[in-house]
Amino acid sequence: MRDVAVIGVGLTKFGELWDKSFRQLISEAGAKAIFDSGIEGKDIDAMYVGSMSSGRFVGQEHVGALVADTSGFSFMHIPATRVEGACASGGLAVREGYFSIASGINDIVVVGGIEKMNDVGGSSATETLATAADQEWEAFFGATFPGLYALIATRHMHEYGTTKEQLAQVAVKNHKNGALNPYAQYQKEITIEQAMNATTVAYPLGLMDCSPVTDGAASVVLCAAEKAREYCQKPIKIIGSGQGSDTLALHSRRDVCTLDATVHAANMAYKQANITPKDIDLAEVHDCFTIAEICAIEDLGFVNKGEGGKAIENKITTLDGTLPVNTSGGLKSKGHPVGATGVAQIVEIVTQLRGEADRRQVKDARIGMTHNVGGSGATCVVHIMEEA
Amino acid sequence: MEDIGIVSYGSYIPKFRIKTEDIASVWGKDGATIARGLGIQEKSVPSIDQDTATISVEAARAALKRCTIDPQDIGAIYIGSESHPYAVKPTGTIVGEAIGATPNLMVADYEFACKAGTAGVQSCTAMVKADLIKFGLAIGADTSQAAPGDALEFSASAGGAAFIIGRDQVIADINHTSSFTTDTPDFWRRAERKYPSHGGRFTGAPAYFKHITNCAQQIMEAAGTKPQDYSFAIFHQPNGKFPVKVAKMLGFTYDQIKQGLIVPFIGNTYSGASLVGLASVLDVAKPGDRIFLTSYGSGAGSDGFDITVTEEILNLKRDKAPSVMYMVNDKEYIDYGKYAKHTDLLYWE
Repeated sequence: MRDVAVIGVGLTKFGELWDKSFRQLISEAGAKAIFDSGIEGKDIDAMYVGSMSSGRFVGQEHVGALVADTSGFSFMHIPATRVEGACASGGLAVREGYFSIASGINDIVVVGGIEKMNDVGGSSATETLATAADQEWEAFFGATFPGLYALIATRHMHEYGTTKEQLAQVAVKNHKNGALNPYAQYQKEITIEQAMNATTVAYPLGLMDCSPVTDGAASVVLCAAEKAREYCQKPIKIIGSGQGSDTLALHSRRDVCTLDATVHAANMAYKQANITPKDIDLAEVHDCFTIAEICAIEDLGFVNKGEGGKAIENKITTLDGTLPVNTSGGLKSKGHPVGATGVAQIVEIVTQLRGEADRRQVKDARIGMTHNVGGSGATCVVHIMEEA
Repeated sequence: MEDIGIVSYGSYIPKFRIKTEDIASVWGKDGATIARGLGIQEKSVPSIDQDTATISVEAARAALKRCTIDPQDIGAIYIGSESHPYAVKPTGTIVGEAIGATPNLMVADYEFACKAGTAGVQSCTAMVKADLIKFGLAIGADTSQAAPGDALEFSASAGGAAFIIGRDQVIADINHTSSFTTDTPDFWRRAERKYPSHGGRFTGAPAYFKHITNCAQQIMEAAGTKPQDYSFAIFHQPNGKFPVKVAKMLGFTYDQIKQGLIVPFIGNTYSGASLVGLASVLDVAKPGDRIFLTSYGSGAGSDGFDITVTEEILNLKRDKAPSVMYMVNDKEYIDYGKYAKHTDLLYWE
């Protein structure tokens, strides 16, 4: 397997982007990444795009070809493939792009992730997202994602004494980071009281425990590591890539409080990178709900099972903590355009490892991790990156 | 447009009210949170035999009571509403007959979501300016619809206001009026559908706020005015939050909008909303007061007005008809069961 590096990144603003279409968003992110990398169109061997449900959100499927077309590359007939794994679609697309270079087939690949979610109403968006759950055993009986993650949260509270205040602290921290990110949907801090007293969505999760509905796109340019310096001063190498799956339905899991897919994906990535959780300097984890961040830092091995809430309370994961988590603002504050999220996480880690994160820069960041989850944990993708 | 303006005005608000918390309790929602979030404590509910025609008649009669105009001198009636009682058959003829303005007059019913009433004011103003009519009667009124359980159920209410426009005995000059219009599908009701649909959060930034701010800035530019030049400002009020926010965005203070902000007490009267606010301002206005009004209708557009109150307002018999605040306070609470009966939520054969 060849080493692979990220040589370019691009993001659109995340938010309610009423005046930008699906194709405008993905073109903007892709063009920014290509421009950032220094490659030209003729250098691109393949394209991958992660999108969870473009068919339901904007009535458009077949978005692999669409992305190549709208980027102006149709005349080159570049292989363009869509990848879908619910909210992990973006991370999966990066992994597919990574494999295609590592295998020696391609040298340069552009990976995009996109979701335009606001063209449908709130209840339609919730319904569409619920298609990532088990339709027959969960969604059919009325379960939505806030409901499923609320089950995880109540069990976590019961088993480990995790508190609603600790959940709120995740949201407060991520908003504090998001306030420093010019691409974030909500660039404002919130107080612990606002988070605690927000309207209940599904107990114990309130409005401030839930990531928003977001429009946005992200893109990265991947390159065979041996050629990366031809284009880029600061290539960031992908040193580990892991993926895991689990039962689609939450109730079938071994342990409701543990995302075994995360554990599996993380172990795969750590093994490949030949490092341990202690070596990670910062991580972008999948905080679709605040409880998800608590589970993530446990399942990724940063703290023991059940100690996630305490770790948040002890400020281990703040920007100036020993392991900063979600420096971008995470899904909660930066926004969660589901198909784009996994790619946007890579963008944040690359930005940090390049030392270009401005006011949210983590000092001496050397090794970073991304953690992207689909559904309530049926799919997970983990990447570990290091300055090349 | 010197010396063309409002000659008299009247409004009507049904006396029944339902509290936000009573609606919320039916649907298992937290009424206090919703009331705080929407800025609406309670809303007006029409009686079982009240509709846009009867509300329009009440408002028109109130306007006529305050002045000395002969109804036969009214040359046009335009009624803006999205709840005209008939799909085909005008509301305006019913009102014209009821106030004794028929038969030598022009009548048409208008529909432009919540701004059809102000569109009527613009049409009357133009026709007076063209000397086609001596006086015109513009009315905005609604018994607005909301599907049971929909977010709109907390705001959709009933009420209206009527304005006589002319050249003689003008109590408030309409100095400038213009509109800002685009095709923006934020809220709609298809033909033969009982309840409207809406685009959720799309009704905010790209719809209400975009159109009102653009229209307001256009009016102030044309009039050469700044927010601080106005004694009062009225903005369309679908809830208690939007008009406060848009006023702040444009540089108006809460004190300027307070008198015309009626939605917290009676809900959103749709075509009547900004015009009931204007009626409330005229209830207390003094000569020389400058009034700024921007309506909003989904679909979407805003009509803006720069208005100056004249000395003539002192001659208008304002006390001959109830003030808006009097009607706001003259109320009787009903529960959700009666509300369901009054608003035709119940179905029987």
